[in-house]
Amino acid sequence: MKFLLKKFFSFIATIFIVSLTIFFIFNVLPGNPAHAILGIDADNQQIKLFEEDLGLDKPLHLRYIDWITGVAQGDLGESYKYRQPVEDVMQDRIPVSFSLAIIALLLTVVIGVPLGILIARTDGKWYSTVLSMITQLGISTPSFWLGFILILIFAVKLGLFPTYGFVPWSESFFGALRSYFLPALAIAISNIAIVIRYLRNSILDQSKQDYVRTAKVKGLGTSEIMYGHVLKNAFLPVLTILGLITADTLGGSIIIENVFALPGLGNLLVASIESRDFPLIQSLILIISLIIIVANFIVDLLYRVIDPRIRI
Amino acid sequence: MGNSLLEVNNLDVSFKIGKKTYPALEDITFKINENTIVGVVGESGSGKSLTAQSILGILPTNTEVEGSIKLENDELINKSMKDWKKLRSNEVSLIFQEPMTSLNPLMKVGKQISEILKKHTNDSKEQRYKKTIKIMNEVGLKRSENLYHSYPHELSGGMRQRIVIAMAIINNPKLIIADEPTTALDVTIQAQILNLLKSIVKKRNGAMLFISHDWGVISQVCDYVLVMYAGQIVEQGLIENLLNNPQHPYTRGLIKAIPDFRKRGEALYSIPLRVPALTERNKGEWPYIKITKENAQCAAEIFPEITKEGTKE
Amino acid sequence: MQKKNYTLYIGVLLVGLLFLMMIVSLFWTPFGPNQMNTSIALQAPSWAHPFGTDNFGRDIFSRILEGSKTAFFVGFSSIIIALTFGLIIGSIAGYFGGVIDEVLMRIIDAILAIPGILFAIMLIAVFNTGIQNTILALGIMGVPTFSRVIRSGFIQVKEFDFIKSSKAKGAGSFRIIFKHILPNIRSEITVASTLFFSGAILAESGLSYLGLGVQPPDPSWGRMLSEAQIYMTNAPWYIGITGIFIVLLVLGFNMLGDGIRDKNDKKN
Repeated sequence: MKFLLKKFFSFIATIFIVSLTIFFIFNVLPGNPAHAILGIDADNQQIKLFEEDLGLDKPLHLRYIDWITGVAQGDLGESYKYRQPVEDVMQDRIPVSFSLAIIALLLTVVIGVPLGILIARTDGKWYSTVLSMITQLGISTPSFWLGFILILIFAVKLGLFPTYGFVPWSESFFGALRSYFLPALAIAISNIAIVIRYLRNSILDQSKQDYVRTAKVKGLGTSEIMYGHVLKNAFLPVLTILGLITADTLGGSIIIENVFALPGLGNLLVASIESRDFPLIQSLILIISLIIIVANFIVDLLYRVIDPRIRI
Repeated sequence: MGNSLLEVNNLDVSFKIGKKTYPALEDITFKINENTIVGVVGESGSGKSLTAQSILGILPTNTEVEGSIKLENDELINKSMKDWKKLRSNEVSLIFQEPMTSLNPLMKVGKQISEILKKHTNDSKEQRYKKTIKIMNEVGLKRSENLYHSYPHELSGGMRQRIVIAMAIINNPKLIIADEPTTALDVTIQAQILNLLKSIVKKRNGAMLFISHDWGVISQVCDYVLVMYAGQIVEQGLIENLLNNPQHPYTRGLIKAIPDFRKRGEALYSIPLRVPALTERNKGEWPYIKITKENAQCAAEIFPEITKEGTKE
Repeated sequence: MQKKNYTLYIGVLLVGLLFLMMIVSLFWTPFGPNQMNTSIALQAPSWAHPFGTDNFGRDIFSRILEGSKTAFFVGFSSIIIALTFGLIIGSIAGYFGGVIDEVLMRIIDAILAIPGILFAIMLIAVFNTGIQNTILALGIMGVPTFSRVIRSGFIQVKEFDFIKSSKAKGAGSFRIIFKHILPNIRSEITVASTLFFSGAILAESGLSYLGLGVQPPDPSWGRMLSEAQIYMTNAPWYIGITGIFIVLLVLGFNMLGDGIRDKNDKKN
């Protein structure tokens, strides 16, 4: 129980620090937020009205408390541009980003894990260096550029996928899947490369352990040792980067949504920066960060389920 | 003593490192009879563990093997992978030195034992469970039904080593190889494990190759001993003969180095020669000692062949 | 037995070549990077224009040369910012330890939960776009990572005997940090800087692509990509070649970092 309690405590502390950081950046760094939003030409009367309107005339700590209690109750403030509650603006966007992220993560696991195992088994062969170079390349390629290349190959040349244009799930399941596939792949490729590298190193590392020799002496074959013994152990370090990969996927989706014109949170974020819609930006960043913190928390719990050594 | 079970003849093992090959084992010849415990003693780097690995076919891939290893007249050298898999744990099994790391940390210990039955027998799940519990009891584990579901980290070192022993004997192999099985354990537990191993060999009419660097342990369990240095057997014989009347100066040196309470207060003797590393070995120049001014005299005392051929720089 | 450190060689080669290119661009580009000639817009690669021309008839090769200046400038400047603050925070946490360390690291760990690009976007939203603000945002984005690397280096080195003995001799904290500890974690800092460089270039290109980073007339590869996107089907070389240069530079720094790390690991 102590373990769980400690994890939960650090979970709450992380949320607190992150929300405070975001609040600080938006409310202290720009100096006068009213100036920042209305522009320098705004006169004093305008600014005063604006500040009262958004509650900016209150002291900082009260504003933070107002904001965070609001968030906890599902009230994210009012969008300056859309003149409606932020949660309403975001409502239709969340499922889009969520679907994109989930498909990207699935692709990462489904492609990355088998390839990682395969490449670990080629260790020592001449082409293992070539394969490792390819994964380096995957990590070094900007996902949005990959998006272009995928559009060029699969949509323009082969005509397998729509170039732009978005089909929601409610309209057509396969249509939606098709419009999510390329952007999800573009985000996933660099993460696939990361999973391959981690898993390969981890498998090679585990294969040197004594228990593998024990399994060999039992008369088990290479595959039985790999799938029965090595793999589960090798997954543990990979699990620790899963939180990182989730963060990367969400970060990548911000740009990719703009490449493929998907109406998600990332798309909204960039648009709201252009219109300097601070309440909306602030809430968007908090929501995306919260999702990542929750994902990290789940990974922590998963770790505990898989590894009996860290039980309560 | 019974019939001969294992016969090793002129076994050579060499490592290929880059373009060069280095001899790791040379001209190893010995045999193990049924109902016998044969000890292998030597300093680290002498080739004890490599001998064991040759018999199990688990040598590293960059090795070359020549000579003959026969188990009940069945030649083991150049066996196919498939035959090796059948052989391991059915005919020959191995007990490791490090019970902490030789078990899979993420698998219940009972499953790690019964996995062997799953691989080698057609027993039902229930039969496998029963046999596993039985063997766990046999190696002196208590409350085996509970322990079956434990993970390795929940057990003490001695318990873990008993699990490893259970795994080694569950398929009734003819030959058990024990590679420093008690080195990592407390002295009191060490004695229990040694007695257990002895009783297992006796009860099952088996045979054991017992590897250790510790003469005290060797003299407690072994009937016959091989003394190794730098990949060769320096001397072999019955334990009483070797202890009371060692022929080779190196054996004498090793025995002299045994701590003894009668020599209390004196400085502990140690052989003033280091076992040459693999990469320092060039074929045909055994014992591969680089003669310097400091070690020339004792090298010549311990290995008379050095003076015969003239010292080498 | 010893494998050649190809990663390092390739990394040095790539970074060296691109650095050379950047130096050349300071003095010479085949055409003026902003010299427009709409009569030759969107031409495929030729002898006169090895990488073709863009929608305004500008020479893409010259613009890529010009863009390399921005890439290196943004990379180096943001490292300086990240390193400066990282040194301050990491040294304080690592050297003094205890509660200060605990608090600082908790904050750093929490902030690391925000993806780097999101953090940068957030700062841009507040600071506004432009090359200086991009550098500032990327620099701040790197502070948590550098703080952690420097802190853990400190904690390892602090326990060395020679540090303890100079402490016992009465050397001041400042002297110990700068004379003894920092030189000993040079290699960790080098690796972190190299890897951060590639991260910064990736982030800069992403931000500039979104229109949140470097603004015209400052040249930027990411910016070029967002222009090239429109002409993707009729001028695929534009988007292809520009992207390849980003990849080469990022790959170069990644391999350089990994190579240096492998080399250090072998030494220890």
